[in-house]
Amino acid sequence: MSLQTPLHQSHLDLGARMVDFHGWKMPIQYSGIVNEHLTVRSKSGLFDLTHMGEIEVTGSQSIEFLNYITSNNVNKLSYDGKIIYSAFLNESGAIIDDLLIYRRKKNYFYLVVNASNLEKDFAWMQKHADAFDVSVKDLTMQTGLVAVQGPLSIKILQKITGNAFNDLLYYHCTDYTIGNNNVLISRTGYTGEDGFEIYSKWNELPRIWDILLDAGSKYGIKPIGLGARDTLRLEMRYCLHGNEINEKISVLCAGLSWIVDLNKDDFIGKDALVKIIQQGTKQRLIGFIMRDRGIPRQGYPIFCVDKEVGTVTSGTMSPSLKEGIGMGYISTENIDTDSLFVLIHNKKKKISLHKGPFVKPNIFK
Amino acid sequence: MNFPDSLRYANSHEWIKIEGNKGKVGISDFAQKELGDIVFVELPELGQSLNQSDACAVVESVKTASDIYCPVDGTITAVNEELNSHPELVNEDCYGKGWIFEIEIKNSSQTDSLLTPEQYKEKYA
Repeated sequence: MSLQTPLHQSHLDLGARMVDFHGWKMPIQYSGIVNEHLTVRSKSGLFDLTHMGEIEVTGSQSIEFLNYITSNNVNKLSYDGKIIYSAFLNESGAIIDDLLIYRRKKNYFYLVVNASNLEKDFAWMQKHADAFDVSVKDLTMQTGLVAVQGPLSIKILQKITGNAFNDLLYYHCTDYTIGNNNVLISRTGYTGEDGFEIYSKWNELPRIWDILLDAGSKYGIKPIGLGARDTLRLEMRYCLHGNEINEKISVLCAGLSWIVDLNKDDFIGKDALVKIIQQGTKQRLIGFIMRDRGIPRQGYPIFCVDKEVGTVTSGTMSPSLKEGIGMGYISTENIDTDSLFVLIHNKKKKISLHKGPFVKPNIFK
Repeated sequence: MNFPDSLRYANSHEWIKIEGNKGKVGISDFAQKELGDIVFVELPELGQSLNQSDACAVVESVKTASDIYCPVDGTITAVNEELNSHPELVNEDCYGKGWIFEIEIKNSSQTDSLLTPEQYKEKYA
């Protein structure tokens, strides 16, 4: 039996196609993935993300604890309301999960993790918490979460709250009220657009959802399903746990060295990463665009001339570019990157490497 | 959902419109709805000779790739090249502008084994 978010009935009323997603019934699409995707890029889209896991860390050794079990340095959160992207690594330096860490107050942190990994993450945290003066609490089933993403999202939030939001910077959060409900709003997202993630009490989420849809109607807001969430993140080349990152591939292979701070005294996975840096990585994560017509998909092999050199981890037809795009791992051996192909339906289709996001990000700066 | 009376249907959700010894083939309203936004169609090759149930084309939505199976034995006599630039026609007009290929039917008795609109509707609609 799948869990339902507090917005379940709203999704049904809006004609969503519902799917099982890591133990939750979630909307995969409403009007159609392409239309929803383009709505987020041009106007504003509203996502139900209540399935995401929220974990609270409190106690006098919160910083020491988080610096031990995550790869980034929590000391970068130099004041309340700052957020960083980080990862739980295992002993071999691979990624148990990626997450956001919110500093709410001194010794009070809020972690947001993938729904698919919540149980595993929480068990991992509890296992290591014993050695520290910290308390770890899973708030997932009492926390509602929606995201408003897209260039007009700011107008909608201004209209609702009467606040300009000029002082809420990217990767920062603060407390607000929406319709008399207390919420935590962060300027974060997984789309590459300016946007917000709004955390509320579980039962208050339907009211907040309705207020956002009502206020957003004149700006063309639409509900957005998980299908478009995936194509939006892929156009930005953001990693997805289970695709680009997992418990076998080191955080360094995944191109995420920027979320690792090796200057920290000790943290889980550090020894392995130091060794990997000495020895070099065997594969690397690439982004590519199809040069022949075709759509790459997860699991399709990548060839250099006639030699198999890698695998596609994510692929789609980019709704913005109308071209096939993808990410994947290829060998770091000396290979001719001008002669790469993806095998699609038994035919080799030419690809070219692409640096950075496939579509220009439009985040608030 | 719409299932025109003049067509026959395969369990793999293709339709065929038979005119003389030729048949035009596409995917059903049920199939296009299930797939969602079609963003790519790989057409068969002209002159390609096929057996019934051979995978001969691919229709791709944002999330998945689905094989199209040939409903009868025969030879490809035309393909809808419009779909190269406008794959969304499969969603917008699956029985009209969204046709995929035309086949010269080798064995007309094979078409009798395909589903009637009533049978197809009962099974899938």
